[in-house]
Amino acid sequence: MPAIVETRGLTKVYGDGTEALKPMDLDIEEGEILALLGPNGAGKTTLISMLCGLVSPSGGHARVGGHDIITGYRAARALIGLVPQEIALEPFQKVWDAVRFTRGLFGLRRDDAHIEDVLRKLSLWDKRRARINELSGGMKRRVLIAKALSHRPRVLFLDEPTAGVDVDLRRDMWDMVADLRRDGVTIILTTHYIEEAEAIADRVGVINNGELLLLEQKQALMTRLGRKTLRIELRRPVEAVPGALSGYGLELADDGRSLSYHYDTQGEGTGITALLQDLSREGLALRDIHTRQSSLEEIFVDLVKGDGA
Amino acid sequence: MNWQAVGAIYRYEMMRFFRTIAQSFLSPVLSTSLYFVVFGTAIGSRINEVEGVSYGAFIVPGLIMLSVMTQATTNASFGIYFPKFIGTVYELLSAPVNFFEIVLGYVGAAATKALLIGLVIMATATLFVDLTVLHPGAMVAFLLLTCLSFALFGFIIGIWARNFEQLQLIPLLVVTPLVFLGGAFYSISMLPPGWQTVTYFNPVVYLISGFRWAFFGTSDVPVALSLLAIAGFLILCLSVVWVIFRTGYRIKP
Repeated sequence: MPAIVETRGLTKVYGDGTEALKPMDLDIEEGEILALLGPNGAGKTTLISMLCGLVSPSGGHARVGGHDIITGYRAARALIGLVPQEIALEPFQKVWDAVRFTRGLFGLRRDDAHIEDVLRKLSLWDKRRARINELSGGMKRRVLIAKALSHRPRVLFLDEPTAGVDVDLRRDMWDMVADLRRDGVTIILTTHYIEEAEAIADRVGVINNGELLLLEQKQALMTRLGRKTLRIELRRPVEAVPGALSGYGLELADDGRSLSYHYDTQGEGTGITALLQDLSREGLALRDIHTRQSSLEEIFVDLVKGDGA
Repeated sequence: MNWQAVGAIYRYEMMRFFRTIAQSFLSPVLSTSLYFVVFGTAIGSRINEVEGVSYGAFIVPGLIMLSVMTQATTNASFGIYFPKFIGTVYELLSAPVNFFEIVLGYVGAAATKALLIGLVIMATATLFVDLTVLHPGAMVAFLLLTCLSFALFGFIIGIWARNFEQLQLIPLLVVTPLVFLGGAFYSISMLPPGWQTVTYFNPVVYLISGFRWAFFGTSDVPVALSLLAIAGFLILCLSVVWVIFRTGYRIKP
């Protein structure tokens, strides 16, 4: 299947010489949810802004739905919905009018049934006649999403959708993303909440200093880079890790009641068997053992640190 | 052409106008009435006629032009500056619209508002003076061209402005003085010869003169020259807008 979004050598150098995005090749498959992770100023928003038409590329090409974003901007943009990072809304407009306005901008006739549907899904229906400046911050963000969905986009960009958002809205947003995905909408979200990427993304890209450091299926990424931790709870606390076990790099915690052992699932051998044998040889009685896979967050921090940021 | 988008922008801008209906109409009507009381009645009683027209009637075209030019400029400049200021300009840039459609929406709405205000002022004027229009077709043409070209001019200012101060600077420091010194309240022939020469460098003179000719058949400069001036200004504004959109000046990094 051809990619719905593809960039080839897409790059942005701002007037002051800042290289916000180094030449980037990226293919986004139709119907997937791609999370772009990266610290502030990494180039995530610049990438999205170029694809959506807010910023002119300095070099390279990009296509959305097979349409070049410059020469075929009308067809390309018609497929795109954008929820920007900052809340930008006309304060005196009514919710209904605001959403209808966006639909009009996208060249579509009014479709009250569709707008009603969007507003209901976003719990905005009761507020449809309210002016934007009467709404709470969370409600305003919902309006931004409603606007982005007013023309049934095939590709939805969510730029930091849950920054500063309460738990309810975050949950709703994730549900909405799941719904849209069922309808085949491709979703690209930027975030620095790792848990968000972990919860909803199919693929994860990590951007830092304008470069795509990594792009992988979330599961594969977590397995490949994932380190596991074996936590051993002891029946009786120990004062220190016995000398005979010093080769395992164990960490003592809980006042000597538990030991943590880190191992790599991709390694030749995990060393668990040997460790357990050595433990019993040392006469340590075990109360419980469990394993934990490291989260995307840990993977991410490792990557960005390794990049010299 | 994405006519839906043009319509959406136009409707949105007109809604803003009607939301502040009192301010939109009342203030020009009030200020025009004041001009009539002060200039027409107080001063007019000491000036019999200017070029065969009662002074009260003589200042009507200039008064309409004064309002139309400032209203077209400020409405269009605010119209495009406000989305830049609050950030909603992202929507215009990310929608499948071209710059021509954006200009058509904003400038069309600003020109419409200026035209409406011009007509309201003309109606108000008839309450104070007897008004006859000798060349109605030319009058409408001058009015439309002025609305359009000054709305374009305002649009340019709105794009250029980085803050509210800059937004108000040009209308306040350039447009208003040029209109006042452009023969809105007097005939150029009433000035000493030296000042007459200076006045001919003021582009607004040509607009007011042509517009007044459409009413009374008398003018300071030939009508053809007036038409040429307004057409030239229109073309100049169009070219600047075209350059702005080619380069993304101050809207698209």
